[in-house]
Amino acid sequence: MVSFSAVAKRYPGGHEALRDVSFSLQAGEFAFLIGRSGAGKSTLLKLISAIERPSAGSVLVNGQNVGALKRSAIPYLRRSIGLVFQDQKLLYDRSVYDNVMLPLGFSGYAPREAARRARAALDKVGLLARERSNPVQLSGGEQQRLAIARAVVNRPALLIADEPTANLDREAAERILEIFLSFQQVGVTVLIATHDLELVERYGKRVLRLEAGRIA
Amino acid sequence: MNAWLRQHRDALRDALARLPRTGGLLSIVVIGVALALPAGGYVALESLRSLGARMTLEPQLSVFLRPEAKRAEAEALGVTLRADARIARVRFVPREQAFRELSAVQGMSEILGALGRNPLPDAYVVQPKDDAPAALEALARDLARGAAVAHVEADSAWARRLGAIAALVRTALWLLAALLAAGLVAVTFNTIRLQILTRRDEIELARLIGATDSFIRRPFYYLGLLQGLAGGVLALGIVAAGLALLNRQVAALSESYGSAFRLGFPGAGDAVALLAFAAVLGWLGASLSVTQQLRRMGT
Repeated sequence: MVSFSAVAKRYPGGHEALRDVSFSLQAGEFAFLIGRSGAGKSTLLKLISAIERPSAGSVLVNGQNVGALKRSAIPYLRRSIGLVFQDQKLLYDRSVYDNVMLPLGFSGYAPREAARRARAALDKVGLLARERSNPVQLSGGEQQRLAIARAVVNRPALLIADEPTANLDREAAERILEIFLSFQQVGVTVLIATHDLELVERYGKRVLRLEAGRIA
Repeated sequence: MNAWLRQHRDALRDALARLPRTGGLLSIVVIGVALALPAGGYVALESLRSLGARMTLEPQLSVFLRPEAKRAEAEALGVTLRADARIARVRFVPREQAFRELSAVQGMSEILGALGRNPLPDAYVVQPKDDAPAALEALARDLARGAAVAHVEADSAWARRLGAIAALVRTALWLLAALLAAGLVAVTFNTIRLQILTRRDEIELARLIGATDSFIRRPFYYLGLLQGLAGGVLALGIVAAGLALLNRQVAALSESYGSAFRLGFPGAGDAVALLAFAAVLGWLGASLSVTQQLRRMGT
């Protein structure tokens, strides 16, 4: 599903975020990406969704060489990946429902099918009753679940989350994790970057550890 | 409905909803007023030009004989004129014919009737070979020396002057239209820029989760197009209202000259051309703005 070979990422100015990173994720696999802040977790996730391009090596997603993708092909790659951002990027000028509808707007679904998918995604994360609320009215955990609903509404085969449990209490964090596990159970490949080691140990899943830009 | 059409419909709906916001209405007023200036000028000029076109623009001289001149003297002058190498054509207008023609002009028959006699002289209308103003004047001077001649008038001089002024005004109007078109593009550019800035979060997010650039651009294209179109409609309204107002005065003025002249309203073709022009400029402004803003945002 995802395959890195000898990937390096150097930012303009010389900062080397990743060095010689190689790993692969099988389809349907669930993995944690751990490491201190600044270890390169976010950079690695950005390379998968072509937000950044590798300076060296190759990043394959679903058999496509992401680093060599044409600009015009990138949107279609991104539609096949569900992204949960560290800062969530919810839109506060519209309802919970309209936040989830956003990715469906450019995927070309008929309105009825889009509405059905949006409600299904909200139901999956337990927010169907809040569909008319504004995201501001939601708790931290609920906002994170909304971000997940938006990420999965296009039914991606790959789900990537950057620190989805940051700033959440134990109970809310576990609820988020359970949601990700339920997606893995239906065949979605899941990669979660986190520095919450306690949570990682409890689930006993595969762990990729980044230290100073290298897989340790 | 297929997905492509649906996306266009959604983009149009989105643009319509956003048109009244972020200075959209104000921009429409600016565009409308800016377009009304050259459009109104053009319409007035076309009316004047059609008036001028009724006068012949070929240079000709009217040679009026002294009223007491005998017909034989007139015929003798005719022979001289026809023999003149500088003259292409000569037409004799006997005083009786001139009287009949003048009587046919609205309101003149009563005046002429009141005179009780024909006050008009015999005349020749002379078409010179060389229509350069200097040659024309030289010829007029020579002809005025004839014994039977009372007065020589270059009929067409004012018509030609009108033509030249019209051409000048038209060029000035095109220049004004070009300048205002650039202004219109700039106004649209700025409104769209503000629209994009207020929706920055949404646009950045949409790009991150797989929206194509054309999907992001589409509502802004429609916004620019609609804004231009609305400005064009407003401009037509301003021109029509202005003409209606002016025509009251024009009617009073031209009736005092016995004319039914009015400033004409723009035809359907001109109106459509104006709307299309405004819409295209709006689209252009939006297109430039979106391109610049998206580039600034990066990927």
